[in-house]
Amino acid sequence: MNLFILFLSAILVNNFVLSRFLGICPFLGVSKKAETALGMGIAVTFVMTLASMFSYMVYHWMLIPLQIEYLYTIAFILVIASLVQFVEMVIQKTSPTLYQALGVYLPLITTNCAVLGVAVINMNEGYNLIESIINGVGAALGFTLAIVLFAGIRERIENNKILAAFQGFPIALITAGLMSIAFLGFQGLL
Amino acid sequence: MKKLVERITNGIIVENPTFVQVIGMCPTLAVTTGAKNGIGMGLATTAVLVGSNLFISLLRKFIPSKIRIPAYVVIIASLVTLVEFILQAFVRSLYSQLGLFIPLIVVNCIILARAEAYASKNKLLPSIADGLGMGLGFTLALAILGSVREILGAGKIFDFPIMPSSYQPAVIMILAPGAFFTLGILMATLNHFRNKKVKDA
Repeated sequence: MNLFILFLSAILVNNFVLSRFLGICPFLGVSKKAETALGMGIAVTFVMTLASMFSYMVYHWMLIPLQIEYLYTIAFILVIASLVQFVEMVIQKTSPTLYQALGVYLPLITTNCAVLGVAVINMNEGYNLIESIINGVGAALGFTLAIVLFAGIRERIENNKILAAFQGFPIALITAGLMSIAFLGFQGLL
Repeated sequence: MKKLVERITNGIIVENPTFVQVIGMCPTLAVTTGAKNGIGMGLATTAVLVGSNLFISLLRKFIPSKIRIPAYVVIIASLVTLVEFILQAFVRSLYSQLGLFIPLIVVNCIILARAEAYASKNKLLPSIADGLGMGLGFTLALAILGSVREILGAGKIFDFPIMPSSYQPAVIMILAPGAFFTLGILMATLNHFRNKKVKDA
């Protein structure tokens, strides 16, 4: 039951993009079309789940026994970078179609702060392996939910007349603000 | 000398990372609940940026281009760890306020972008000036955003109350949505003046 609450709170209440401000770069950058947004979301979900798992292992089985916990930033970023590289190679070999679809977004996941963010949050909160993975999956699904909804809204905005000064980023930011208010409503859920 | 000054003003105004390039958005939105946090984050990022540009410019002839990105990331991550120690030791309150976003300086796109676009191709001094300019431009943007949110959301600036006591603080400006609104409206204002300038010219 606790795991379920953790999962739900990672998706809705502490939504990574709209309440924690993690992963804003892809959120604003790759959200012009719902289709690419979904692709990005899936790739991020994949990497974030694995990153939660491996960063837990590296932290608890390597850094703590060696008493070098303070090097966690360097260790985690290396884990994530190699993970992204690995995922890229696996997808390229096993499913060239998916590889084509994700294209340039795959390597960019390394600098998505949501991935490093989830690893650091798992560490700070002292989650165990299962909780870390659940939190990772939940956070990633929350990211996917937010980016797909946002892309859907942006597709509609394209067809409307927007004041010249608000075109592009300003209107996107204000839309994100309104979505963020909506997500504030989930605060009372748990 | 002229070139160094040019690099610094370039970072602060011409290519301002927040308002012109629109990169490094996560810390920009997350830590600007007040002017003090914004400036603290900006200066911490500036320190990392100057350091990473310095080392990457020095090592630019030794790092093989195929593995340059992992090499840059390791340099940046080491510097961030250093900054984290310094903040933890000397500025405890800021350290706990910024929290999660200190290790996340590693994945701030501004730093990797400057390493890749400038420091890896240029001499030491211009690279340092470039890092300093970009860092100060980022700090300026965070300070403006933080001040606006603090004034509207708490009626204070740098923790000093400045609004009359009849002012009802709009708490939403300090919460997450306020960050999006403030940045959106600031950018729209800048766009408005830019469009006007183009029209007049």
